[in-house]
Amino acid sequence: MSGMATITDTIKPPVTSVGVLGWLRKNLFSSWFNSLLTIVALWLIYNFVVGLWGFVTTANWNVVIVNLRLFMVGRYTLEQVWRVQVSVAILAFLLGASWRAWGGIIQQIGISIAALFVVLALLAFETSSRVYLAANVALIAIGFGFAHLVRSRGLLVALWIASPFVIAILLYGGVGGLPIVATDLWGGLLLTFALAVSGIVLSFPLGVLLALGRQSSYPVIKWFSILYIEIVRGVPLVTMLFTAQIVLPIFLPEGMTVERVVRVMVGFTAFTAAYLAEVVRGGLQAIGRGQSEAAKAIGLNTIQILWLIVLPQAIRVVIPAIVQQFISLFKDTSLVAIVGLLDLAGIANSVISQKEFLGLQNEVLVFIAAIYFVCCYVMTYASRRLEKRLGVGER
Amino acid sequence: MSENQSNDIIIARDVHKWYGNFHALRGVSMTLKRGEVVVIFGPSGSGKSTFIRTLNRLEEHQRGTIIVDGIELNNDTRNIEAIRSEVGMVFQQFNLFPHLTAMDNIALAPLWVRKWTRDKAEKMAMELLERVGIPEQADKYPNQLSGGQQQRVAIARALAMQPKIMLFDEPTSALDPEMIKEVLDVMTQLAKSGITMICVTHEMGFANAVANRMVFFDGGQLIEEGTPEQIFNNPQHDRTKLFLSQILH
Repeated sequence: MSGMATITDTIKPPVTSVGVLGWLRKNLFSSWFNSLLTIVALWLIYNFVVGLWGFVTTANWNVVIVNLRLFMVGRYTLEQVWRVQVSVAILAFLLGASWRAWGGIIQQIGISIAALFVVLALLAFETSSRVYLAANVALIAIGFGFAHLVRSRGLLVALWIASPFVIAILLYGGVGGLPIVATDLWGGLLLTFALAVSGIVLSFPLGVLLALGRQSSYPVIKWFSILYIEIVRGVPLVTMLFTAQIVLPIFLPEGMTVERVVRVMVGFTAFTAAYLAEVVRGGLQAIGRGQSEAAKAIGLNTIQILWLIVLPQAIRVVIPAIVQQFISLFKDTSLVAIVGLLDLAGIANSVISQKEFLGLQNEVLVFIAAIYFVCCYVMTYASRRLEKRLGVGER
Repeated sequence: MSENQSNDIIIARDVHKWYGNFHALRGVSMTLKRGEVVVIFGPSGSGKSTFIRTLNRLEEHQRGTIIVDGIELNNDTRNIEAIRSEVGMVFQQFNLFPHLTAMDNIALAPLWVRKWTRDKAEKMAMELLERVGIPEQADKYPNQLSGGQQQRVAIARALAMQPKIMLFDEPTSALDPEMIKEVLDVMTQLAKSGITMICVTHEMGFANAVANRMVFFDGGQLIEEGTPEQIFNNPQHDRTKLFLSQILH
């Protein structure tokens, strides 16, 4: 019998080096120092969780409950709040329909949002809120069914493109007999979302155009792009908002005024676009020359090469940096306090300073921190799923 | 002097190119007939790749004339686009589009440049994949394919525009030895099908079997040309003899 091993017998690895025990041993208790760290960390986590739980259960949440409408929509006219609720319902419907039509990461987002609504419905105190939240979950399902019956992605894309206009008109009014609700009255989470969503959607194409302009062979376009990017990046966001507030009316024709909210939207968009331009430029530099050479060799023109080959790869590579910009933008919306608008953080500040709720800062701050955290987490989660789906790092 | 001599598909006359002060191409003149298979060989830095890249304007020549299928190659973008749709190129580093499947890589140009329908483009892509021997890889992404398979997809992609001329820039230099043969087989098949080919390569066996003519480049100049028999058995110039002695061992 020679000394050769037979490869047909399968020998199982020892129990303590695989499975849960093995993982614990290798990662948490591999050495004295590691074990010590693990114990200290467990103790800290225990204290934190117990402390947080204690706070949550013993705190006086009245301040949040009483001011809930303020937190959600600011000073939006009470009788017209239904318009905000309808806007959310429209989005829930479109989400459900997109879930059915595209699946993939939209499915994950759909599940998360539906789960969020369910959790909120369980936490809610008033029956009307519970009914409203349950109705939204139902609308997601209805949207799902709608897309199932009407199998047209084109229709859905058209609906999505129309939705910002429809919602903007619905919220602002002035059409179809709807009384106008001045944007100065918008506040709380409604304002935060309005500013963040408009900033994200508008700054992205502008940022990409600036990044491409910076590489342009036409000197005028190139130098304009460079100047814009460098000047905007050299200025704090607060200053940009302030400047937009004062400077924008100068550029408009005589007699035309623009609401404060629109001015700060322009400020946010202009600011984020400059940062995005640099992020996208980094992505463009990461794509080898061979890609555009191969594209030229098969006869694609410049626009086709950008749209089909270079931009998809460049943007895919910098998704983490882009999402980072968007998350920053979402939280930076709190700076609109400087022009006197009350977003979620602004409302929190004004609620805390009310006489009857003195000393209840903790409750309010934990509440809005939770909201900011959930929104930012949804964004990071979606970006992780998107990266996985696009095969970032694999292909 | 008629530009439409229908048998001469590429006419290059006294082509010069500089990179800054470096004189990369020094007065290269070459004529290619339809259906001819030409192998260009020579030491690195001799200008072989630079020369074929000037033929589809991936590099610009500063002096001399290049006429491809009766169209003069100059700064006129319409000329450049017309020439690029007749000339296919295969690169040393494959340069497949990593975010598209093999099928989409091939169907891309017919879809967007010739404006075919998706069905027609995909049907043609499948035929080409069969022609290069890998129809089962249609839905794979480039990073899931071996080097030899990727290069074959690249060849199919270049053929999708039904070009009159195929340029190969060291197509097997980045491949593992066991995959070189499968790519050379595809190229041999192509050569036999009558398409005009210019290959920059070090594969002398391939040149001997398939080339109508071999061209030796050194120092940016065309030193010698002849049939494979003439070049291998009876090289005229010292530099040709030196180079051949270095690579044939």
